[in-house]
Amino acid sequence: MRARARVVAEADGYGGTRLTALRSEAPLILRETAGALYLVGGAGGPLGGDDVTLEIEVAAGASLTLRTAAASLAQPGRGPSRITVRADIGAGGELRWLPEPLVAVRGCDHRMEAALTLDAGATLVWREELVLGRHREASGSVVTRTTVDLDGAPLVRHELAVGPDHPAAAGPVVTGGAQAAGSVLLVGPGLRAAMPAVLGPTAAVLPLAGAGVQVVALAGDAPALRRLLDDGLRVCFPDAPGTNRAWNSSSSSSCCSSSSAVVASPTAVAGAACSPGSPPGPGGP
Amino acid sequence: MNLLLLTDGRFPAGGHAHSGGIEAAVMAGRVTGVDTLGVFLAGRLTTAGRVAAALAAAAACGAHDLVRLDAEAAARIPSPALRAASRTQGRQLLRTARAVLDAGDLPDELHHAVAMGVVCAATPGLGPVDAARWAAYDAISGPASAAVRLLGLDPFRAWGVVAALLAEAEEIAREAAAGAHHPLDLLPACSAPLLDIGAEQHAVSEVRLFAS
Repeated sequence: MRARARVVAEADGYGGTRLTALRSEAPLILRETAGALYLVGGAGGPLGGDDVTLEIEVAAGASLTLRTAAASLAQPGRGPSRITVRADIGAGGELRWLPEPLVAVRGCDHRMEAALTLDAGATLVWREELVLGRHREASGSVVTRTTVDLDGAPLVRHELAVGPDHPAAAGPVVTGGAQAAGSVLLVGPGLRAAMPAVLGPTAAVLPLAGAGVQVVALAGDAPALRRLLDDGLRVCFPDAPGTNRAWNSSSSSSCCSSSSAVVASPTAVAGAACSPGSPPGPGGP
Repeated sequence: MNLLLLTDGRFPAGGHAHSGGIEAAVMAGRVTGVDTLGVFLAGRLTTAGRVAAALAAAAACGAHDLVRLDAEAAARIPSPALRAASRTQGRQLLRTARAVLDAGDLPDELHHAVAMGVVCAATPGLGPVDAARWAAYDAISGPASAAVRLLGLDPFRAWGVVAALLAEAEEIAREAAAGAHHPLDLLPACSAPLLDIGAEQHAVSEVRLFAS
């Protein structure tokens, strides 16, 4: 199934954000809810043969959080499946991509490609979690590729390939046999000074060459992976109380309506801490 | 003959000081003998080796801006410790090449894979596929040699593992040369999370034989 969805978030001129375009196409349904814009319908797919594209535009000064309600299952079908996400974030714009994990079901052949373009001063929180097979199941093949350009320069070129099509991936260089692999990418002004940190034998906080930080982790299962990634966020933002605890809780406000609500949401704490001028903790301006 | 000179482990470009991540893998108990060495090298070849081969071929083909290409290399190395090691090895290689090869004007500082390509471009008779072969071979020969020292492996068996990977290394080098002119953001970016994490652990460990 081929589908294309699109969302445009713009500053409303009163310190908040409004969605000026919101186009869904099955199986890619976007639903505006309290706390985030949800990608619905991911639970049953992607199926082999699906080729879906999501275009995101976050204009200067706007703020958008995207989530999924449940884990996605990449499943075999007629040919490979592919998800493409393209996002442009303007100066002072914020995008938080916080989906639940993608599970590589046995036999799947899935590719996830994200191409993100950030203007100087944009903020990004981009989480990817991959679970290699359902419970006690061999993993299917998945390639995720993420490219981020910041202010016209390459910031991130990151590809992770796992599953039977990539036999060396289970070895001591890529996953070491871990069942879950993930990363969180943090971009924003002021992050450059972050220090590298080892979070244990399978996780680390990696300050990038450009103004960004990647938290990378491997774990035995999805909850353990999430804990490691949250540990990394706590290292990056030690002054943001509740960052970890509230990471997954949904805010009571709309996904994009008011800046104070955005700052009160946990990942916005992360985003706000990237900007020297923003208050570091919940409460907002 | 020029390629033999450059890839010689005794060529004084400082490569012997780096283990290609295998010291960290040995410390973590992930590489313990010849069998796990083989899996390690296969993984390194298909991730860091493939990326290095692509960057080296792109640098050798002369079609790209070197500053941009160096930034593309940096964007493919998330670990600060590995970026520093790549920088050091690149700098040492360029200095050695200037002194040994009469290679004309070479930059002072580039990431290692980009430096390999630039040195090939400046060396008569060498081109993108040679640079890619060098980078792919270096991705496995360095750690194999280090593993022999770290684990006291039988060198015949360890180098047998390297020999068994040469066909795949050649294929990766040819792919890299074929894609050398592609837009840089399309070049391979295969990551190896345990190499990145291991490199950061290694950088803060007190007892180590190798710089990286």
